[in-house]
Amino acid sequence: MITITNIKRVGSDKTESVTIEGGLIKGWNLPEEGQVIDGQGGTVAPALIELHAHLREPGQTEKEDLASGLAAAAAGGYGTVVSMPNTSPVVDDPAIVRSLIEKAAGLGFARLRPAAALTKGQKGEELAELTYLKEAGAAMFTDDGRTNENARTLRLGLETAGSLGMVISVHAEDASLRADGVMNEGPVSEALGLPGNPASAEAARVARDIEIVAGLHAQGVPARLHIQHLSTARALDLVRAAKAQGLPVTCEVCPHHLTLTDEALRSFDAIFKVAPPLRTQADADHLLEGLRDGSVDCLATDHAPHTRAEKERDLLDAPSGIAYIELAFPLMYTRFGETLGLDRILDLMTAAPARVMGWAEPTLDAGQKADLVVLDLSTERPVNPADFKSKAKFTPWAGETLKGWPVLTVVDGRVAYQR
Amino acid sequence: MGSHPRHLLDFQDWTPERLTAILDNADTMLQVLDRPVKKVPALQGLTVCNAFFENSTRTRTSFELAARRMSADVLTFAAGASSVSKGESLRDTMEVLTSYKVDAYIVRHHAAGAAHLVARYSGKPVINAGDGRRAHPTQALLDAYTIRQEYGSLEGKTVAIIGDIRHSRVARSNAELLPKLGAKVVLCGPAPLLPAGLGALPGVTLTTDPREAVRGAHAVMALRLQRERMSGGFLGSLQEYADTYQVNETLMQEAESGAVVLHPGPMNRDLEISGDTADGPRSRILKQVENGQAIRMSVLYHLLVGRN
Repeated sequence: MITITNIKRVGSDKTESVTIEGGLIKGWNLPEEGQVIDGQGGTVAPALIELHAHLREPGQTEKEDLASGLAAAAAGGYGTVVSMPNTSPVVDDPAIVRSLIEKAAGLGFARLRPAAALTKGQKGEELAELTYLKEAGAAMFTDDGRTNENARTLRLGLETAGSLGMVISVHAEDASLRADGVMNEGPVSEALGLPGNPASAEAARVARDIEIVAGLHAQGVPARLHIQHLSTARALDLVRAAKAQGLPVTCEVCPHHLTLTDEALRSFDAIFKVAPPLRTQADADHLLEGLRDGSVDCLATDHAPHTRAEKERDLLDAPSGIAYIELAFPLMYTRFGETLGLDRILDLMTAAPARVMGWAEPTLDAGQKADLVVLDLSTERPVNPADFKSKAKFTPWAGETLKGWPVLTVVDGRVAYQR
Repeated sequence: MGSHPRHLLDFQDWTPERLTAILDNADTMLQVLDRPVKKVPALQGLTVCNAFFENSTRTRTSFELAARRMSADVLTFAAGASSVSKGESLRDTMEVLTSYKVDAYIVRHHAAGAAHLVARYSGKPVINAGDGRRAHPTQALLDAYTIRQEYGSLEGKTVAIIGDIRHSRVARSNAELLPKLGAKVVLCGPAPLLPAGLGALPGVTLTTDPREAVRGAHAVMALRLQRERMSGGFLGSLQEYADTYQVNETLMQEAESGAVVLHPGPMNRDLEISGDTADGPRSRILKQVENGQAIRMSVLYHLLVGRN
């Protein structure tokens, strides 16, 4: 049993306490029992949910592993993490899904819900055994990291996954339009002499995938498509139009696409190399508007750790990705607390991802699962990558002063992180 | 004159005055090259590292001679035969080279921005000898110098650059440098090889029409058509390209009467430039090579000695 004292529920000024027992919230303001933890006056919310993280296990544990990645997630206030299947080997086998869940459960950090590959080996050709993968505990299906070039395979996958009540999430990018692009195509890429990845590569693929869903929807076939890490204004407008037609299409946006632009590449620092690439300020503004008006469904980080040596290569050779699951909430709250409001940011990182997945929305009510985070919304402190639990101890925001740091994360009634 | 840039990576930090000083100093270097003993002691005791992560013979030779003529020791590092091909990171490679007590680096790399990374990791002056499509500043300086030899100044001059602009670091560096020295630049090529984004640079205009590009130009530069790009579907055929964009005597009739012809080399004769134009009285192509050595001597002097 745990009692957390000296906390405030979101939207309330009242100092309260919560008691946790058997993995559930027992009740509020009960007599203190068991281990008593001082919440330091922080604000309590349901633990955050991440739909898009690369934990690199199995096979790439020099970049990250379940222990470091899930500890990093807990430090970032996350209670649940959906990991991407582009590991080595690919997560396309029910035995791998089971072993990941089992191992993660023993670690005591954030809860792992692995995504499984949509196609065998993520090759985009033959569907994986989606039924067995779901039985093994896969949270969703995706070939993330690959771009679903074969439209028919995606269509078959949507039909199968839809019949299983599962979501397919996609890295929506036309590989032939992207070509060898390593950054957003535009005046900056041209001035820097770096091959550009045009906004149309994303929009064209989003349009194609929406048409597939629309076709299935018209035939009464249930199919749910989630578009990952949307980066362009144009693609968001396509999602908006699809939603207006009532199509079951959702999308996520990453904080790095809101807070950084292609101008950052002028440093030639591969830390800013991500896929899809950092776009323009106009794109970032448009995405922010989408978060405000509800056309963007949720936030996700696309936590993508690499080794320092890999990121110290030149921009053509370095891999794509930023790892910052520990910073996502403080970054969003510091930069957009005033424009979006605390409630909306928390919704985008807790209930909204649950809705996308078709999971029950988390609440702090008695009887609910004890997954919660206590946030210190006022203390400002600089980002120090040396403190990261992630193996990727570097970040574009190093030294930046942020507020909204998690001080306590509880998962399944256990303390998963405490500062 | 403004602060003294530590590196020559591109022209971003360089004022027109500093750039003009490099060109002025090249006059002196040309005189050195005309002497029976073509050597001065300016860089005696210093070690210059030619760090070539990408193949190059002409540029490497030009830099190497420039450094030797100023009495520097030259360490040549060719990455093809080195640990870079075994996966060593650029940073690790640079740390090894730094331990040899090198005083300056000349860097050629296939990736844009690599020279910037070397500057960050090495702590010593870096001269960019070509990084991907990004920049080749000493080439642009020697082009500017060659045009200035004709007209005395770049002020009010128009330079047309024709060819595969998209993949050309020479075009990008000239588009950055020449407007700083008062010239206008017209970039011209088939639309897929002419990125619209470059039109945002000050003093630069774009056109797909070579006659329009050359009209009123004081210098016309043909760029090498990178045949390996053909696989990307950028062009219908080499013949189509040559018929439309070749710099030849017919096209040059549109230019100013005394206009000169440049080419950064190596040339595809009778493809991007006709043989008779390359060898004709307007051609300054060999002059460019000679000037290249003087410019590189001047840059080395400026970065290693002139700042003190």
